[in-house]
Amino acid sequence: MRIGVPREIHSGEKRVATTPDVVQGLLKLGFEVAVESGAGDGASFTDEAYRDAGAAIVESADELWSGADIILKVRAPETVSDSGRDELDRLREGQILISFLWPGQNPELVNRLAEKRVTALAMDSIPRISRAQKLDALSSMANIAGYRAVIEAAENFGRFFMGQITAAGKVPPAKVLVIGAGVAGLSAIGTAKSMGAIVRAFDTRPEVREQVESMDAEFLMLDFEEEGSGAGGYARVMSKEFIEAEMALFRQQAEEVDIIITTALIPGKPAPELITADMVEAMKPGSVIVDLAAEQGGNCALTEPDELVTRHGVTIIGYTDLPSRLASTSSQLYATNLRHLLSDMCPEKNGEVVVDMEDEVIRGATVVRDGQTTWPPPAPKVTAAAPPPSAKPTVAPEPAPVEKKRAPAWVSRLILFGLGGLGLLGLGAVAPPSFMAHFTVFVLACFVGYMVVWNVTPALHTPLMSVTNAISSIIIIGALLQISSDVPWIAWVAGFTVLITSINIAGGFAVTRRMLAMFRK
Amino acid sequence: MSAGIVTVAYIGASVLFILALGGLSHPETARRGNLYGIAGMGIALLATLFGVVTANYGLLIGGLAVGGLIGLLLARRVQMTQMPELVAILHSLVGLAAMLVGFANFMDPNVQYSGVEATIHDVEVYLGILIGAVTFSGSVIAFGKLSGRISGKPLVLPARHWLNLVLLLGSIWYGIEFVEQSAAGAGLVPLVIMSAIALLFGIHMVMAIGGADMPVVISMLNSYSGWAAAATGFMLSNDLLIVTGALVGSSGAILSYIMCRAMNRRFLAVIAGGFGTSTGVAAADGADGEVDPIEAPEAAMLLADAKEVMIVPGYGMAVAQAQHTVFELTKQLKDKGVNVRFGIHPVAGRMPGHMNVLLAEANVPYDIVYEMDEINDDFPDIDVSIVIGANDIVNPSAQDEPDSPIAGMPVLEVWKGRTTFVLKRSMATGYAGVQNPLFFKENTRMLFGDARDSLGEVLRNL
Repeated sequence: MRIGVPREIHSGEKRVATTPDVVQGLLKLGFEVAVESGAGDGASFTDEAYRDAGAAIVESADELWSGADIILKVRAPETVSDSGRDELDRLREGQILISFLWPGQNPELVNRLAEKRVTALAMDSIPRISRAQKLDALSSMANIAGYRAVIEAAENFGRFFMGQITAAGKVPPAKVLVIGAGVAGLSAIGTAKSMGAIVRAFDTRPEVREQVESMDAEFLMLDFEEEGSGAGGYARVMSKEFIEAEMALFRQQAEEVDIIITTALIPGKPAPELITADMVEAMKPGSVIVDLAAEQGGNCALTEPDELVTRHGVTIIGYTDLPSRLASTSSQLYATNLRHLLSDMCPEKNGEVVVDMEDEVIRGATVVRDGQTTWPPPAPKVTAAAPPPSAKPTVAPEPAPVEKKRAPAWVSRLILFGLGGLGLLGLGAVAPPSFMAHFTVFVLACFVGYMVVWNVTPALHTPLMSVTNAISSIIIIGALLQISSDVPWIAWVAGFTVLITSINIAGGFAVTRRMLAMFRK
Repeated sequence: MSAGIVTVAYIGASVLFILALGGLSHPETARRGNLYGIAGMGIALLATLFGVVTANYGLLIGGLAVGGLIGLLLARRVQMTQMPELVAILHSLVGLAAMLVGFANFMDPNVQYSGVEATIHDVEVYLGILIGAVTFSGSVIAFGKLSGRISGKPLVLPARHWLNLVLLLGSIWYGIEFVEQSAAGAGLVPLVIMSAIALLFGIHMVMAIGGADMPVVISMLNSYSGWAAAATGFMLSNDLLIVTGALVGSSGAILSYIMCRAMNRRFLAVIAGGFGTSTGVAAADGADGEVDPIEAPEAAMLLADAKEVMIVPGYGMAVAQAQHTVFELTKQLKDKGVNVRFGIHPVAGRMPGHMNVLLAEANVPYDIVYEMDEINDDFPDIDVSIVIGANDIVNPSAQDEPDSPIAGMPVLEVWKGRTTFVLKRSMATGYAGVQNPLFFKENTRMLFGDARDSLGEVLRNL
């Protein structure tokens, strides 16, 4: 099948849905790839590079859309009024479209796609399960957004991130507060930390505390008991008391920190307002707020989507296109997510895709199939966090059966001892005293061996075997006792035995020595 | 030299042997322990030479010199990867010696007993030869399997358990026969027949055991060689042989027990053999999926970013002789401040402690080499685990799938780390014949190819 990758027409969008690297991967899966001329310009991928990777470069958008069986895009198809281009019109029956679609927010788009009788998969609807991590474009983009948020903050912040003591005086380090330690938040924490800032983080989900601390950031604690994990590893709405305690914490932090990066989102709801106007006022002049939730209304009351504004001396950044501002990497990661999705859909690696609705991942992402709306999918079965233990206690095991079970083990041990004792008694009754003396030595030696060998460190098990092998050649004594025999053949057999056991003695000790010499600190 | 002095020398030798084993509790003291062992052997030999031997010195010295020379050469030449073979062939020599001493003792006209003593002595001779023969033939087959001269696959004859039973009953029958005839001055015929049966039994027993069970086999044969020496000691009324034999015997038995526990298998089940033959098909359908291959440059990048690295070696490292490359990698990573450690499963390789010896040979310091029990809880903090040629010992189905043939076997929980990459030649299953779901986990990457070449490539990219 032929894959078509058009140029993104959304204004300011610099990303592209495939890169030369990924083209090669797609060709290996058996697909043909066509790229619209200039599609990679914004992300610094030239037509030349695509051609070298094996893609066909198509000059006109019309030709590209009509010639492709699968369309890979970043943004959802849209109509741009001033150029008169309508991507939806270009779709034809039977085509497969894969891009970000946001079906929850765009029911109209879903309807139009269904009218067009296409199959559409939304990269934003990939279920959040472990197996689908390599397809998770939202995480890829969030990671980039978190990084870029710190870069934007740094650009608008008048000081170093890292504290320095110079000949011209001391520069204090910047203090950064990250609210919401999801993928974007963690990425922001890592970036700010590596630039030398003091980083604090807050999240309503206690299980992320470890992740935050693993990045050397400080996790701010609320003195409050409430679990904030919702389905699919996302956060959920918290109680009123919790929010009050949380706001008090933020107010206190706002006075202290220089930079606040907010990433708090709750699926299907407007972003919670966490930074109120009076908190912004309380911040020091020159501080920066980067609001990654700007598209969903913003975590800060004063955020204006897509704009950079200054209020009360604080710069508030509400860009919604942060991934696009790092177009090369975000294209590369997104394109790789797409490639993984296609390789899942193309099990035969023959360039033919199968939309397998039995597959939980594909089912979750499919919004329209052959003109049938299939959105929303059934709820995912797996949550990222373990559910709290059920309130119903498990039935305590009855003590009686345990007793019953224990009795036979005890009895069997008694029987074992009894049999052993009887055996020894029988032996003692018939055996001559000379034998019993040797037998005593034998039994005691077995126990000494047992005690000593348990202390041997497992690392030295091989030397243990070679040294026991060498000392078991003590059997040479047997041959020495016979070698003086006046029967010639017995003497010769004994001589041969001496020969082979001395191989063993010399070889065993020497090889043990060699091995032990190698063990060193 | 009086008999008293010889006995005192034997007591000294016994004590030194016990000290030799005791020294192995730590690598530092182990070297001294080995010297104790040598001293003990020397004292015992000298005491016997001057106290007991009266003639044929030329033959004796010749045997000692030639044998000692061969032994030293063997010890110097052997590759550390071939240690299991060497140990196996040395075991066979002990077994052969026990047989020869037994026959010579039985045929020696100067040895005369009467009454119950004669019966007991006959039983001792019989047992000494029986254990010696099983040790001998079993070790030879084990040597063949380990050195690749005989296929490592278990040979499963139809009705093999019955065959074993027949062989066992046969040797008991000929045992009774032997004791009866021996009292009448004959008995060579049943003794020879029994020896043949015992040899056959040894061959059949080891042939039926698969490659992954080799650590158990080796430790078991180690134990047998000890019991053979002990039985010979009873036969010759020699306490030194009895003590030493019992020490070696219990040492081997403990090792076998440790190895069985590390595979969660019963000793009898291993000896009965045929592991991994009937189960391969049943397990293959359960875990299937897509593996994520990785190239060396990517692997190097992962390693460069890691803080905690765990290396899990298996038999594949020995086959590829990759231990030196592993050390180079370890050194480079350590220089970069990465904390590199090794996690060793008790049955990794073909004999107990096999991996430790290989790593020691490559100069890996022993204080970064850990046992499974010491380190299994640390995996959640590990950034990158490198599995080198290991399969069953890192198989999560041992914990997840109660039906799996390896269910309940303790395994190294590499999948709990952040990323694992597995060096493997192909997607073939391990010795247990079980598919490994680890390879399909999303945080696992496969680096296909010869372990040494792949690691070398990673090293160059680092």
